[in-house]
Amino acid sequence: MSVGDSATPLGKVRGLGSAGEGGEHWLAERVTSAALLLLGTWLIASLLFLPSLDQRTLAEWLAAPSGAVPMTLFVITSFVHGLAGMKVVVDDYVHDEGNRFALNTLLLFVAVGGASLALFALARIAFGGAA
Amino acid sequence: MSPHLTVWKWGPHMLVSILHRITGGALTIVGLALLTWWLMAIAEGGEAYADFNAAARHPLGLVVLVGLTWAFFQHLLSGIRHLAMDSGSAFELQTNKRFAILTLVGSLILTLLVWVPVLGDVK
Repeated sequence: MSVGDSATPLGKVRGLGSAGEGGEHWLAERVTSAALLLLGTWLIASLLFLPSLDQRTLAEWLAAPSGAVPMTLFVITSFVHGLAGMKVVVDDYVHDEGNRFALNTLLLFVAVGGASLALFALARIAFGGAA
Repeated sequence: MSPHLTVWKWGPHMLVSILHRITGGALTIVGLALLTWWLMAIAEGGEAYADFNAAARHPLGLVVLVGLTWAFFQHLLSGIRHLAMDSGSAFELQTNKRFAILTLVGSLILTLLVWVPVLGDVK
């Protein structure tokens, strides 16, 4: 391999992972994980400290900026992180290129659809008046 | 696939590694579906929320919620371990093993801390 002799160590391995690319994907997975460490802890602590979990209390909590903004961030970040993680699993275990592309595309559609439903629900809670 | 996968002695680090994928998959598929259902039910109110509430308080629903809580903490602690390892530390055998066991113990303790008071209140 004559090219290999002059290539940097990074250049030699670039593109050899199961996905064929992915530096940005790898980093995005870790950045979103750090965000979810904060947002997930916020969500569990909020649920524990809310006076009750009936619909009215939850809707008031999520209509106020202090609830609506972190929950919006949690929905977006958790869907992005979840999709990134599922892609790693699919890339590792599905070896046929056509199936892999199909499954990753399906996951992308489900994730974008699910996140949109969740965000639309949050918008209704915040802007829809008394639910 | 490496042929050497079958010759390793099973250890906590291997359990934690595969649990990271299993809990991540469960949190994504089950967790995000429930999160979306929950938010839609809150937005809809009335019967929609009553349906969610009934499912969540059903014994099977509680098993799913407690399981997801454990999966969340296991994935979170194991994720912190991965971040440490991404930085190049905690690869020494004993440290690595101890860290792996700590995530298992920690996720159990945190799950109990969340659910023991909640289940005490429900009854």
